[in-house]
Amino acid sequence: MATVEQSKKKVSHWIIIAIILVLTIVYLIPTYWVISSSFKPFKVVTSIPPKILFKPEITSYIKLFTKRSIVRSDEELEERSAQAKWYETKVLKLGQTITGISPFPNRLFNSIFVAVLSTVAAVGLGTLTAYGFSRFKFKGENDWLFFILSTRMLPPVVVTIPLFLMYRFLGLNDTRFGLILLYTCFNLSFATWVMKGFIDEIPREYEEAALVDGYTRFEAFRKIVLPQAATGIAATAVFCFIFAWNEYVFALIMTTRNAQTAPPFIPSQLGVGLVDWGVMAAGASIFLIPVVAFTFVLRKHLLRGVTFGAIRK
Amino acid sequence: MNQQKPGEMLATRRGLSDTAIKRLFVLPTIILLLCINIFPLIWSLGLSFADYSAVRPRVPGVNPNWIGGGNYKEVLMDSHIWEYFTITAKYAMMAVAGEFLVGFGIALLLNRDFKAKGLITTLILIPMMMSMAIVGLFWKLLYNPGWGIINYMLGLKEFQWLANPRVALVAVAITDIWMWAPFTMLLALAGLSAIPQYLYEAAEIDRASWWFKFRRITLPLVTPLLLIALIFRTMEAFKMFDIAFVMTGGGPGTTTELIAINLYRLAFAQWNTGRASAFAYIILIMIIAISNIYIKYLNKAKEM
Repeated sequence: MATVEQSKKKVSHWIIIAIILVLTIVYLIPTYWVISSSFKPFKVVTSIPPKILFKPEITSYIKLFTKRSIVRSDEELEERSAQAKWYETKVLKLGQTITGISPFPNRLFNSIFVAVLSTVAAVGLGTLTAYGFSRFKFKGENDWLFFILSTRMLPPVVVTIPLFLMYRFLGLNDTRFGLILLYTCFNLSFATWVMKGFIDEIPREYEEAALVDGYTRFEAFRKIVLPQAATGIAATAVFCFIFAWNEYVFALIMTTRNAQTAPPFIPSQLGVGLVDWGVMAAGASIFLIPVVAFTFVLRKHLLRGVTFGAIRK
Repeated sequence: MNQQKPGEMLATRRGLSDTAIKRLFVLPTIILLLCINIFPLIWSLGLSFADYSAVRPRVPGVNPNWIGGGNYKEVLMDSHIWEYFTITAKYAMMAVAGEFLVGFGIALLLNRDFKAKGLITTLILIPMMMSMAIVGLFWKLLYNPGWGIINYMLGLKEFQWLANPRVALVAVAITDIWMWAPFTMLLALAGLSAIPQYLYEAAEIDRASWWFKFRRITLPLVTPLLLIALIFRTMEAFKMFDIAFVMTGGGPGTTTELIAINLYRLAFAQWNTGRASAFAYIILIMIIAISNIYIKYLNKAKEM
């Protein structure tokens, strides 16, 4: 009897594993499709029926980074082919020649620049604030914490209406500094809450012992608390980076050219002339690299991150 | 950034009192948030009582022209706005219900020991970490009626998703579900793995049915975490802008005109700043009400 039941259990276990595998594959198809589209030759991207097997090319990536014009005559094509570098040959095959660099690298740089600096600022300030709230008594402590978190819950479109006017008045529209300031605030409440969770877990006794030994409060914070909170700080920083990296609404409204980041830029290419979906897919794929990498780095802290530090495990 | 650096100051003055440290650590954050978040909101509260357009020159008495509660009255009396609220509510219900079913379903499946569990969980969680604008963009590619993979896999020929008034909202909601079901899954998994195994063993001895165990043990113990996921996703669905804006821009017609998209249009396309501010305040009050409930639940979860 027992063995029959056991083998029954085993079979159902394997069936469930099979279902999980199928579901995972279905879940990954959208992402896979975009990445594979970025490696498809121009005509294959929109082929009917969609092609599963194809010879991968990186032409879309070359197109993404360059401005091109159409070669007018066969003679010119031959002439240019003779002295073309490898990446130039790829587009020459399509009858195009590279004339310069596209705005994409600049937008990508803006994204990195803004995300990194705002992360440093938000995590720095957030850690201090979290320490303050974790170790000292405040009048109406919970109200302050609620206030800090509530700023994060405000819908971006709602906040942007007055912010747009304020930034215009201060001359911060379409500047990287303005965007950094915004993202710092956007992430600050998150960083404070998550860091408070991490710092709450560090026993107070260590600092108290250090204080008895003649450390000042600040030294105790720097030499005892910070090293122990290092993992938490790193995890919080990665979260803040991803939020800033992905942010769309503020960037869409507050930037137009100079400080524009990649999220509003990539979809905006849709309206321009003939839609080259391969190039769009290439842009999206590059944009996804840090997100995918960081998700793996963060996997142990994801739960804490999405619940603003409330749930620890 | 523009704050003073506490480190430098403290190094020179040894042994600052705890009160000083407390203020030094907390005040910069509070001040920054007041300047960038609260001050603009007070400004726009003022503007919500005026007939004002940000693109017209400022002429006292004409632009802005103080009209009292006129903007609020207009917004609340506007039947279109109620239509957009209905669309948003429909959207939120579809998206949240879908995320709940898919996320909780996958979590129930994943809640067992097997090889590569960590890898599979992480792979499913990736969409949640992506940019909503980019996700919207590439689902547009998947939904393409001619060569999109979705029509191909479902065997639908040239079926219009995003240009079809009847399914556009559903199509956007499906994208939202794909992206955010992992969020529910993550919370549900945390709840499920915290259930002590002996409860199931005891039920096993009593020969309890699968349904009984699910209803009497599993469900009550994951409910607190599922509630958090539910409230948070509801709030986010009401704020939804990115995915829908990139995928449909509110169209076709007004079938996917969510309140956030309409607000954007009112403020930054029609430049009806005063009225947009009033509309924004109405949305704000709703969101604050929901987030109040949410944060209360978060605090409760903390004590678990």
